[in-house]
Amino acid sequence: MSAERNRRYLQRRITNYVALTLSMVTMAIGLFWLIWILWTLVARGFSGIRPAVFTQMTPPPGSKGGLLNAIVGSLLMTGVGILIAAPVGILAGTYLAEFGKKSWFAATTRFVNDILLSAPSIIIGLFVYEVIVVRTKHFSGWAGAGALAIIAIPVVVRTTEDMLRLVSTSLREAAAALGAPQWKVVVLVTYRAARAGILTGLLLSIARISGETAPLLFTALNNQFWSGNMNAPIANLPVVIFQFAMSPYEDWQHLAWAGSLLITVSVLLLNVFARVVFRQKKAG
Amino acid sequence: MEMPAAASAASTPPSSVPGLSVRARAADGLFRGATLFFAVAVLSILAAILLSLLVGSLPALHKFGFFQFLHSREWNPVTERFGALVPIYGTLVTSAIAMLIGIPVSFGIALFISELCPRWLKRPLSTAIELLAAIPSIIYGMWGLFVLAPLLSEHVQPWVTAHLGNVPGAGRLFQGPPLGIGMGTAGLILAIMVIPFISAVMRDVFETVPAVLKESTYALGTTTWEVVWHIVLPYTKVGVAGGIMLGLGRALGETMAVTFVIGNAHEINGSLFLPGNTISSILANEFTEAVGDTYTSSLIALGLILFMITFVVLAFSKLLLLKLQQREGRTS
Repeated sequence: MSAERNRRYLQRRITNYVALTLSMVTMAIGLFWLIWILWTLVARGFSGIRPAVFTQMTPPPGSKGGLLNAIVGSLLMTGVGILIAAPVGILAGTYLAEFGKKSWFAATTRFVNDILLSAPSIIIGLFVYEVIVVRTKHFSGWAGAGALAIIAIPVVVRTTEDMLRLVSTSLREAAAALGAPQWKVVVLVTYRAARAGILTGLLLSIARISGETAPLLFTALNNQFWSGNMNAPIANLPVVIFQFAMSPYEDWQHLAWAGSLLITVSVLLLNVFARVVFRQKKAG
Repeated sequence: MEMPAAASAASTPPSSVPGLSVRARAADGLFRGATLFFAVAVLSILAAILLSLLVGSLPALHKFGFFQFLHSREWNPVTERFGALVPIYGTLVTSAIAMLIGIPVSFGIALFISELCPRWLKRPLSTAIELLAAIPSIIYGMWGLFVLAPLLSEHVQPWVTAHLGNVPGAGRLFQGPPLGIGMGTAGLILAIMVIPFISAVMRDVFETVPAVLKESTYALGTTTWEVVWHIVLPYTKVGVAGGIMLGLGRALGETMAVTFVIGNAHEINGSLFLPGNTISSILANEFTEAVGDTYTSSLIALGLILFMITFVVLAFSKLLLLKLQQREGRTS
């Protein structure tokens, strides 16, 4: 009897031990991928980061060049994208947090927004192609920026609503008690209280769209030459990386790795920065 | 527009208190209207996407018929005969592989972060896993093509084929030339990409288990694993399922990472080592080069199918997570 009990006890201990060890192994695997990918980027991309990358245009195969036009194109489209997404997202988020609250319309919008948040980005590209590229009959930087904006909007809506909800009701009531109309309460009190959080959301959405490739394939396309014209196909870092990495030319692949390192470092820095902004505000 | 009217009636604004001037009330109405307008705009994005995909795919669906299109294996730009079966198969199989690997690993990570690791390590580890989600998908693709694929083809695949290739039944999965790229590699990369999403949701829902429940179970003399398996998991199963669905939704629609490593061959193969394609990879590869209305329209029809599949999966995920939230609201 007691021997049987001891055996069962031992079995349970062993099961526990094995399960917890496996859990630690999976954690290690997760970290291992992250470190491996980052290490690959540094090992292959770092040697390619030369001044020329920032001063010269994308080259034809076999000659020297840089990524200047792609970097500028990416910055332009990301900038325009976020300029469209920020007001739309912040106001829609404000509606959900301040006015809609628990109404069925707000619940539906929230539901749809969360689906858009995870919708395949290539579908967004197809949509913008249908709506803008087909109509205007040419690929353009505007179309690319539009696609990026649609991807950024759900992120901004979501974070804005979450952050506004963190602001305590008593703060709003205090402002209302002083006779402030609701728009003043929201703009002058709630927005200020949630400023860091909303900024975090904007930073995260910039991080999200600056690495997006799929939606730009059929909208902005690519451009081998210098172009600041948003009404024409425009070079951008992700699509250049895609094209160069898939090519058989070694110097193109080299540039692709340098570009990948650039994108990843900026995206990760934005992420870390966003977290720092948010945490400082919370602490203070 | 009945919707907004109903919505504005649902909650009375506190600005309707007496004492506000007419101008202040007008400004309030304007502000409220502006926020409502953009909320409607967000809602209509989804409707517009669906509508434009439907309109774009009509020529192809009209020509081939919806069900004919769904189960035809043909993909021939020269004769303009198209069918969706092969990319649908590729999409489902690669996502299934991703789930097979991703779910247990995510569960282990969530378990470690929520139950095992010391408090001071929780945040850095969570952040590290979340950063994995922030890396752009094209980076995963390049890494998969230039680092993972050569490694698999030189070291892993020959060994697997030699040792598992002759197992009756399952052996078929592991046969074929060790190319490094193919359905299996795509599934593996997808698994790495969905781990942060699934494990983040699992970690969050594990944290919602009341400490009293766990402590009373520990007091009965159970091991940590028994607490997790018999208390935490049953308590959070709805949320866990929601997290898995969210990861699945991501995996189904992922484009760039898959495009790099799937091999882009329009065929259905039983082996994990052989190339294939997915809806998203075929779109990324062929859309800008497609000539003729039928070709373009068939590709858009593929996009419509992908959108519908991911919509259903994501909606399901959202419903599960909402259910969990409601339950929490009741108990607290």
